[in-house]
Amino acid sequence: MNNQNLIETIKIKHIEDIINYYEEYGYLNVVIKPESIRNIISYLKTDEDLKFEMLVDLVSIDYSQFPEKKPGRFGLAYHLKSITHNHRVAIRVYLPEENPEIDSIHDFYKNANWLEREAWDQMGIKFKGHPNLKRILNHKEFVGHPLRKDYPIDRRQWLSEPDDLMDEMEKRLKEKGIIR
Amino acid sequence: METKKIITLEEDSSGIQFPTDIDTKEIVFVNIGPSHPAMHGTLRVLTALDGETIVAAVAEMGYLHRGFEKDCEIHPYQQCIPYTDRLNYLSAIMNNIGFAKAVEKMLGITIPERAKVIRVITAELNRIIDHLVCVGTNLVDIGALTNFWYSFNVREKVYDILEKLCGARLTSNYIRIGGLSRDTYPGFEEEVLDVCDEILEAVGEIERLTEKNRIFLDRTQNVAVISLEDAISYGWTGPTLRACGIDYDLRKVEPYYDYETYDFDVIVGTKGDNFDRIYVRLYEIRESVKIIKQALKRLAPGPIMTDDKRVALPPKIHTYGNIEGLMNHFKIIMHGIQPPLSEVYDYTESSNGELGFHIISDGGQYPYRVKCRPPSFMNYAAFPQLIEGGMIADAIATLGTINIIAGELDR
Amino acid sequence: MGVKNFNPNEQLPYITTTREAVLAWGRKNSLWPMPFGTACCAIEFMGVVSSVFDISRFGAELVRFSPRQSDLLIVAGTITYKMGPILKQIYDQMSDPKWVISMGVCASSGGFYNNYCTMQGIDHIIPVDVYIAGCPPRPEAILDAVLKIQEKIENPHKTPPAQFQVKEPKFDY
Repeated sequence: MNNQNLIETIKIKHIEDIINYYEEYGYLNVVIKPESIRNIISYLKTDEDLKFEMLVDLVSIDYSQFPEKKPGRFGLAYHLKSITHNHRVAIRVYLPEENPEIDSIHDFYKNANWLEREAWDQMGIKFKGHPNLKRILNHKEFVGHPLRKDYPIDRRQWLSEPDDLMDEMEKRLKEKGIIR
Repeated sequence: METKKIITLEEDSSGIQFPTDIDTKEIVFVNIGPSHPAMHGTLRVLTALDGETIVAAVAEMGYLHRGFEKDCEIHPYQQCIPYTDRLNYLSAIMNNIGFAKAVEKMLGITIPERAKVIRVITAELNRIIDHLVCVGTNLVDIGALTNFWYSFNVREKVYDILEKLCGARLTSNYIRIGGLSRDTYPGFEEEVLDVCDEILEAVGEIERLTEKNRIFLDRTQNVAVISLEDAISYGWTGPTLRACGIDYDLRKVEPYYDYETYDFDVIVGTKGDNFDRIYVRLYEIRESVKIIKQALKRLAPGPIMTDDKRVALPPKIHTYGNIEGLMNHFKIIMHGIQPPLSEVYDYTESSNGELGFHIISDGGQYPYRVKCRPPSFMNYAAFPQLIEGGMIADAIATLGTINIIAGELDR
Repeated sequence: MGVKNFNPNEQLPYITTTREAVLAWGRKNSLWPMPFGTACCAIEFMGVVSSVFDISRFGAELVRFSPRQSDLLIVAGTITYKMGPILKQIYDQMSDPKWVISMGVCASSGGFYNNYCTMQGIDHIIPVDVYIAGCPPRPEAILDAVLKIQEKIENPHKTPPAQFQVKEPKFDY
């Protein structure tokens, strides 16, 4: 489907959640409200004409030093792709500076689990309902969120001892029903 | 005309039954730590064992996080290209191409024909050496040591060619925004044709050693099977997804650099187990050799860099000859490349899958934000699910088939 | 050292030497490296072990991935702060005598990653004997470093020539 049909199909059910949409370099970007992320993602995934089965990437952006004014300090871009119909879309969300929070979509796409952990680690965006929101790229004694624009690049932080991982392991064993 | 090749598997599996009626509540924790002999970089898996079977596993990454994205925000666009070399360090030119393609899309420039063909040739050569390392080290983990020497000897010959072309064996830094950094040397075509024959010979030897080998088949067939829905849900692309049974290749579905005019097949597996993942890569080497031979016939003399004034340095006769050339040269060196204020996401088919770059530009000479979409990240996210229920030896063999490169995983 | 009493009719000849010389000869010709490979330099190390640039000519053939069984630690690749305690633990687990090669610029001084997560050189946490420059260094450079380790084992108290001496690093954290 080309971009015009895509946006018309999305508008059928969710006209009140869409704030804005535009096309950039041939790629359709849809800006939505943060509260309706779960409804829109489930509609995009299950509708027969759209069928976006794969979450390609989750990009977290800090717009505080951007020359154009955006409706919030933080932005998220969910890149989705459909294998059966061969089209792509990017869903964008803007979050405010104090307490940036959004619902997690880890039950729709299995790789969203780690992608959201990375967004929390690097940018500090909280995902409500995530089973295991802890650091993934930086070490566990790291303070701050390094990809924000106010974190200086050469503030180094030493680590004293490696992570135990037993808390994650206990959760996993409980999920499998092996202990308690 | 495009034909699909399906790998036929033997239906007979090992037939060993493990005892299931033993009731044991002893769980032992074994940490397969970041420093381990499986030669795949710094990955850590904490496993809970019941006897020899893994009942639960937790994977950790981040031991090679080198801050690629934050470093790109303080370097001009041309200086970010050596950083992209070290992402997937086994196929460095493909990362360069991914980044340069995204910036060229932002600027709206097209590269000349000769540059396109040389980019295709070097990209396919890099895909071949990446697959050779993956298959070679994977077979060492399973115990078949001879194949390591076959694949590494051929790689040295490819490295000789790449060294004469780019200047370095591994981290090439060959691609510039708008074309290439330097032209090919005289004798390039003959050497590439010779090395193609040696590559096919090496692949034939590896195949003859493993395809009817009872031990290899028992260790890899029906081990670490993943279903197609799970693979798509995890975001797998590339050879690991094609081993699950779907023929999705970005070079056929969304072609770039005239890939639709080359004649090659897409290799598809059937079951999604270790055997499929290894053999899909092995057969893809042959398809890449086909593409290289076709591309070499198209190599015609011409410019290798676009003459768009925003990215290309003017010829020296203009730099020293008239004032416009001097000003152009000065502006590009001092102020760098300045794409317009926009965001772009562009992707290529690298040896592991879809490698994408999301670049945000604020109109200045430094990128505002660069995000790399690493295919190894999606492959590794499925790893705990793949190894639970198997044994530790199978876990090490599985780790090799999903081809995790730590530089790309942690960026 | 010398050969004495070469009279085959009476008794077998014997050689006099020092204990240190024999131990050094044994140690330097049978180094067992442990490649602590993290990044791109590990691929070049694999190329050194393969048959084109053969490291087993110098005796260092058996790569042992266990610190208890090796005596030469080759740190190949970038070391981040997350990896630091693990590198220190591996170094502590090796038994004496042990030597360390820091391969590549990332292990020697952080490389071109001057940021919040990369350790600017492994000599902040473990002592290093030979540094190799290059990104990645050519396999011949690694063989040269193994030869320098062999010279160092033979004459442990000899100071290297002035051009190879490394000044005491200044840490400004």
